[in-house]
Amino acid sequence: MAYSFLQEYWWFLISVLGALLVFLMFVQGGQSLLLQKDISERNRELLLDSIAHRWELTFTTLVTFGGAFFASFPLFYSTSFGGAYWVWMIILFTFIVQAVSYKYRSAEGNRLGRETYDKFLIANGIIAPLLLGGAVSTFFYGSDFTVQMDNLTRDPVTTGNVISTWGQYHGLEVLLNWRVVCFGLMVLFLTRIQALMWFVNRIDNDDIQKWSREQTVINTAVFLVLFLVSVYALLTATGLKTVDVHQFQIIRYRYLLNLIQMPAALVAFLAGTLLVLGGIIWTVLKTEFRNGIWLTGTGTVLVVLALFWIAGYNSTPYYPSYTDINSSLTIYNSSSSQFTLETMSYVSLAIPFVFAYIAWVWYKLVK
Amino acid sequence: MNDILTAIDWSRAQFAMTAMYHWLFVPLTLGLGLVVAIMETIYARKKLNPSTPQSETEEWLDLTKFWMRLFGVNFAIGVATGIVLEFEFGTNWSNYSWFVGDIFGAPLAIEGIFAFFCESTFFAVMFFGWEKFSIRQHCAATWLTAFGASLSAWWILVANSWMQHPVGMDFDPAQMRNVMTSFVDVALSPTAVNKFFHVITSSWSLGACFVISVCGWYLLKGRHTQFAVKSIKVAGVVGLVGILGTMITGDSSAVQVTKDQPMKLAAMEGLYEGKQGADLVAFGILNPGKKWDNDQDAMLFEIKIPKGLSILGRHDPDAFIPGIKDIIEGRDMIDGQEINTVNYNERILRGRIAHKALRDYNQAREYKDSIGMDRATEKLARHYQFFGYGYLGKADEAIPPVAMTFYPFHIMVALGTWMLLFLIATVWIVFRRQEWTKYQIAGYPVYPWLAIITAPIAWVCSQCGWIVAELGRQPWAIQDIMPVQAAISSVGSGNVKLTFFIFLFLFTCLLLAEIGIMLKQIKNKK
Repeated sequence: MAYSFLQEYWWFLISVLGALLVFLMFVQGGQSLLLQKDISERNRELLLDSIAHRWELTFTTLVTFGGAFFASFPLFYSTSFGGAYWVWMIILFTFIVQAVSYKYRSAEGNRLGRETYDKFLIANGIIAPLLLGGAVSTFFYGSDFTVQMDNLTRDPVTTGNVISTWGQYHGLEVLLNWRVVCFGLMVLFLTRIQALMWFVNRIDNDDIQKWSREQTVINTAVFLVLFLVSVYALLTATGLKTVDVHQFQIIRYRYLLNLIQMPAALVAFLAGTLLVLGGIIWTVLKTEFRNGIWLTGTGTVLVVLALFWIAGYNSTPYYPSYTDINSSLTIYNSSSSQFTLETMSYVSLAIPFVFAYIAWVWYKLVK
Repeated sequence: MNDILTAIDWSRAQFAMTAMYHWLFVPLTLGLGLVVAIMETIYARKKLNPSTPQSETEEWLDLTKFWMRLFGVNFAIGVATGIVLEFEFGTNWSNYSWFVGDIFGAPLAIEGIFAFFCESTFFAVMFFGWEKFSIRQHCAATWLTAFGASLSAWWILVANSWMQHPVGMDFDPAQMRNVMTSFVDVALSPTAVNKFFHVITSSWSLGACFVISVCGWYLLKGRHTQFAVKSIKVAGVVGLVGILGTMITGDSSAVQVTKDQPMKLAAMEGLYEGKQGADLVAFGILNPGKKWDNDQDAMLFEIKIPKGLSILGRHDPDAFIPGIKDIIEGRDMIDGQEINTVNYNERILRGRIAHKALRDYNQAREYKDSIGMDRATEKLARHYQFFGYGYLGKADEAIPPVAMTFYPFHIMVALGTWMLLFLIATVWIVFRRQEWTKYQIAGYPVYPWLAIITAPIAWVCSQCGWIVAELGRQPWAIQDIMPVQAAISSVGSGNVKLTFFIFLFLFTCLLLAEIGIMLKQIKNKK
């Protein structure tokens, strides 16, 4: 198999995992809704019950997403994780506490009390989508790093040099970039809408059905504003084009051009957007319609796929550096070797079987 | 420069702390998973056999569900600490992540794709699928959860073993990193296979000791006696098989360490000067003033097993085992013939030559000088095996912390021996002499108390094993190729200190919560 094909194939797999992760973060969206005061204690428990047995799947997808990134694009793993230290650390803190909260919150002897675990869930529910969304948006808006491979032959202790060097704020500087913040908030509100769709689909309770539809309207209003602003910011953004392995050229409207030049991405983006909006509108307007989650879920997956494709394909560096544009990472200059990608590609052929048994098990569990 | 040194130390401390917390939970998941799977299999067989009295079937269902609940409490926190380890490779060891990511990342990805999904999916069936799946399907899900956990351990141990003994790779100067050349060599290296079975079987014995310990408390209190005896029967057999497996694989592990990481073996034994027919220290106190190049005695006090170390390391009572001084000065002896290995000063020199060759390669590439590139590549290949030594200032930087390796090793062996004796006695007592469980000395029931103290012993033993494995290979992140100081990220020490204490606080709170929940579950068992 050609090396470039393998690199593109693995970027496709990463985009699939990323898209599934964003969809599965409806669990986080549901947790963030625990902040709402206009719902009874009993109904809150019903909401939590409906997402409680799904967190493992989201968590596992996140771990696999990280592992797959490490295996296929180690220079990104090395650069982003080692540099945007605080972003990843804060994400980690919230996932640690989430992992135990569902099991421990109602267990006797949990020492911290139910309310503390609920706060953990809320923290994870808000921070994880916000920061993961923000982290993904740096695929378009860039980060503050330089990559210098030669530093490998210089002892860090005596020279202070490592391969990837970052600015002093270690990723937190993106919080000052309104486009990144807007993108993160958009992902947060998308996960909340997905969660509301999930509640409508799973919980046979009139109060919750009504409440979820009302909340969908409010959250959709916020989401739409954030979505339109984010799409505008993205499609008018200046991006980079690869000229040589480590040489790039600045291009205006880079991502708009990518959408136009990649019909598959354009179709996925438009179809996904329509499905998300269609799922929301149908759910809000037709009280007997409860399958909105599958429309919005499919739509979310398609939109995220399109975003990953315009970020990484068509000679676009998926991790631009605004400090030193020649340090930007592409799927070609940051990937694993041909041998490793080929070996893992054979392994990846088993992924559909993994999905198949997961689907079968969950079908049986929720039947 | 000082800040980087501090950041390295705190990054090491953070990784070690995370790994040690993680290893409080994982062996219990591995061991208890097997115990629960066996119990459910017994239950399923009884349930499917119409001649089994219903009370007996329900008893096994009760056993299965009780231990499964404790398994569930422990499972979540193991998952939580595990994700931190995966991400810390990137956050704190970014040079490392690039330098060997081509090899190291693959096992982590495969672990995610196969093991984690298997574990988490069938875990859900275990807990929420009693009414939705047939008995056979549910039992299969329990086995698959245990299998998934073991599969996860397999891939992470493949990654760890590769760091201890790198195989199946070449350095590619054009890419400035190591690249995989044989996946089979990496995934099935003898080091990985041995380490996997060592870890898995030791975890079985730890899980079994936990079960026996809880049951010891029930026996002490005179509660749920039949439940306790039945649980001990299953756990006793699992534990005994586990500890025997641990000892057998521990023996082959010692042979591998002698061959591939002789410095680690020397540190484990506090052996500075090698000898033929080397003795094994059964008990000893190290002399803190001893250095590899002074003439002080290595030990203040010691009890030795004659020729024990030669038997352990080379399966030959008269074999030569090199000490720290021999290794640094490049001496060894195989089959009675003295051989010269490469001394550490030369290794450092050759490591620096390799670094220079790599710089020359890059410069030649910049000028498109193919002859210069070929020359540099050839020189680099000749010296690459000592690449990591090029980062060291002097030879003694390549010596692991001897006391931190020696004492945990001896504690591990002593406690492991206790576990072996206790588990043999347990199996004998529960299958042949159940009345002995009530035997008392001065009014204290002996067996229940011994059972209770064996669980913490098993944990200390297990932790010591990892301390030996990881501290004994210092200063290497990857043996001979990359010391930890070269593996670092560009994060300031203040950041790492802060995250260290946040992790410490979080993990400690969650550990206390887990213990609290488990104790409640155990005390409130109906």
